[in-house]
Amino acid sequence: MKLFLKIWRQKNANTKGKMMEYTLEGIESDMSFLEMLDVLNEDLISKGEEPVEFDHDCREGICGTCSLMINGRPHGPDSMITVCQLHMRSFNDGDTIVIEPWRAKAFPVIKDLIVDRTAFDRIQQAGGYISVNTSGRPVDANAIPIEKDAADASFNAATCIGCGACVAACKNASAMLFTSAKVSQFALLPQGQVEAADRVLNMVKQMDLEGFGNCTNTGACEVECPKGISLENIARMNREYLAASVKG
Amino acid sequence: MGVLDSKVPAGPLADKWTKYKNEIDLVNPANKRNIDVIVVGTGLAGGSAAATLAELGYNVKTFCYQDSPRRAHSIAAQGGVNAAKNYQGDGDSVYRLFYDTVKGGDYRSREANVHRLAEVSTSIIDQCVAQGVPFAREYGGLLDNRSFGGVLVSRTFYAKGQTGQQLLLGAYAAMNRQIQRGKIKSYTRHEMLDLVLVDGKARGIIARNLVTGEIERHSAHAVVLATGGYGNLFFLSTYCMGANVMAAWKAHKRGAFFANPCFTQIHPTCIPVSGDHQSKLTLMSESLRNDGRIWVPAKKEDAEAIRTGKLKPTELAEEDRDYYLERRYPAFGNLVPRDVASRAAKERCDAGYGVNKTGEAVYLDFDAAIMRYGREKALTSGMKNPDDKTVRKLGEEVVEAKYGNLFQMYEKIVDQNPYKTPMMIYPAVHYTMGGLWVDYNLMTTIPGCYAAGEANFSDHGANRLGASALMQGLADGYFVLPYTIGDYLSDDIRTGPISTETSEFEEAEKNVRDRIEKLMSAKGEHSVDYYHKKLGKIMWNKCGMARNEKELQEAMNEIAELRKDFWENVKVTGDADAKNQELEKAGRVADFLELGELFAMDAFDRNESCGGHFRDEYQTPEGEALRDDKNFTYVSAWEYKGDPRKAKLHKEELTYENIEVKTRSYK
Repeated sequence: MKLFLKIWRQKNANTKGKMMEYTLEGIESDMSFLEMLDVLNEDLISKGEEPVEFDHDCREGICGTCSLMINGRPHGPDSMITVCQLHMRSFNDGDTIVIEPWRAKAFPVIKDLIVDRTAFDRIQQAGGYISVNTSGRPVDANAIPIEKDAADASFNAATCIGCGACVAACKNASAMLFTSAKVSQFALLPQGQVEAADRVLNMVKQMDLEGFGNCTNTGACEVECPKGISLENIARMNREYLAASVKG
Repeated sequence: MGVLDSKVPAGPLADKWTKYKNEIDLVNPANKRNIDVIVVGTGLAGGSAAATLAELGYNVKTFCYQDSPRRAHSIAAQGGVNAAKNYQGDGDSVYRLFYDTVKGGDYRSREANVHRLAEVSTSIIDQCVAQGVPFAREYGGLLDNRSFGGVLVSRTFYAKGQTGQQLLLGAYAAMNRQIQRGKIKSYTRHEMLDLVLVDGKARGIIARNLVTGEIERHSAHAVVLATGGYGNLFFLSTYCMGANVMAAWKAHKRGAFFANPCFTQIHPTCIPVSGDHQSKLTLMSESLRNDGRIWVPAKKEDAEAIRTGKLKPTELAEEDRDYYLERRYPAFGNLVPRDVASRAAKERCDAGYGVNKTGEAVYLDFDAAIMRYGREKALTSGMKNPDDKTVRKLGEEVVEAKYGNLFQMYEKIVDQNPYKTPMMIYPAVHYTMGGLWVDYNLMTTIPGCYAAGEANFSDHGANRLGASALMQGLADGYFVLPYTIGDYLSDDIRTGPISTETSEFEEAEKNVRDRIEKLMSAKGEHSVDYYHKKLGKIMWNKCGMARNEKELQEAMNEIAELRKDFWENVKVTGDADAKNQELEKAGRVADFLELGELFAMDAFDRNESCGGHFRDEYQTPEGEALRDDKNFTYVSAWEYKGDPRKAKLHKEELTYENIEVKTRSYK
């Protein structure tokens, strides 16, 4: 198939970027979207031009590195997948495809389609853990039975890959879905109770410091999340936050 | 004692580790504050090591090329993590896990290391649960287990098909806690380009900031390399795109011996190659072999009809199918170890029974499991005489609960519904058992330079069992290194900070800058990927699932030629002092072009078949691997001598005192 691409090019964080147009032929429907970009880059290199830089690594939908806005949607037109799992069979011959980086104040562009998501790391550092040291003798794993439903719900929250699609999808660039997924994972487990109050207060504080916007319950994040992280997590985090604030 | 001293403690096998821990030197907490440790790589081994060392009080610096430690490729491990908990009461024990691992590795791993691994395995599960890792549970609230290849017990703990992700996020969380405390300084989007030795000891690294292109010097009292395996040598593999051998290879060039490079795991259940454009291969977890049955048509004409689309696999009668693993290995059936399953698939496809258009695919079929689970579910729900349609629906629900995300992944890639038609699979490069040679302390032949996780060679011999990579990574990082490194660092309490303003750092930095300059100035006509793909083809065709003397010789020569051509004709676009993915790739491929030749030489040198290393010349009349214990019960540890072909072989003889060495049989 033949495609018309419009891609955001930006030399570095301090330079102004712009959309550039490319025409690409010979794309097969079995190719992944990123393999299509590989073809474009080989083409650019052969012409002596700089290839388009984009973040990607595992190419199997789990590392959360890839992060492209395709025709205005994070991770492209299909649901419940990352860009690296998107295949060209989702497009038609002659299509125009617009490719941009994540757009959010808290995610500054590094180069072309690559953004800086270290704000997410800092939110996790503020409290996304259980304070337990490594030792050869903690209690036996089966000494803490956990109801299967709670364990499953905790797991579902924990499957967040930290890609940032929720932020990119949100008109306010809010990171509530991301933050609430981690808060929920621990809030649902007995091991997480001890530090629950501090955790939610500190993580939310850091989230605000990073410049993410507020949540206005539009739910775009849930729709675009490649792992189907549920809005219920945001509700749970709000409850946890309120309870923690009251406790002081 | 020769050059290679494994430093295995004396005494009975089961007491070695306890005795060792009681006798090593410790560093007091006040002194730990004056000692710096660099950890390169933040996957399971690096992340868990960094967190634990920081908890103990050392000042830790971590380096990863990804934008966050959480993205290391451990995250992609699907199936599970082994531990000898014996929660199922099915006869498991530390000894049995030890035995299975040594046997699974085809008697080419070091007994004492493997036993220690089995011993600490149970602590891993306790530790991870304490951290809040959401493992799968049963309705009673206790942890669930499943079975993996090459074993007869259920000892694998899992979190759906995302076990690696959950374990890595656990280690990442432990790291975050230490980053918050100021005990870990995390350098992301940084790549180690050289190791710095001062007075023969590892004292730092040269790293490139991948965002700005700046070359940085970092010093420490010890350096831990937890940088994963080198399977991307094959271009197509289940590794992430960025996985590389750079850190390990630079250490090798500085004096660390490289062990058993030819021991590579080709995983039997991956999605087959679809075309020339392919950039990577996707694994379907081995856990699928718990319930999936592997088969090809029994008649060549049926295989031909399927390949041309005239026949559907679901239309083939039961008696016209060849469940070749169940036929050849009745005791283990579909759960034979990976090397055995991969070779059996290749054998059938080479014989003309492959089922996709390239002829390189076999079926993994869940139909029987769906019906079996469906009947069970109908019974427990109190249904009497349910029809087939209901049974199938119920069974599909059970299978979805167990493997849902894997089935979804398959459907996204192949565009076929695996609930309705059998999956197609074919072997792909997945893991490297070889790696930097380490002693019992996980120290390489360079004092103060450690290697952990997949980056070292020690525990899996010639073949790794499923769910053992996660186990080893976390064992090394959480429970082994923190002890062994302390013993070494106890000599450094008076050393003080290591300066980076020395001739050694200067020389290493110059070395790095010269190499970058050389890559940037080649200005040839071919892209980096062009060379990487060529190298991958040589590796897969001549150093892949079956190897022979003639082709290995050819591979060595072809790789040497390709490397020469690379340095003369590669084209690296962009600038050295800026973000430049082409330059990053070029440096990695340049190292692969050296390692590839050593790999072929190692395979050439090992005149036997064992585990993942199968030589056509050495097989039984039934086509099984034929070991030569008399001549090859050793670890090949290669010393760098300026050119891959000139590498000098050192042998670590392996002795088995607690296990009877016999022909590995899964019949």
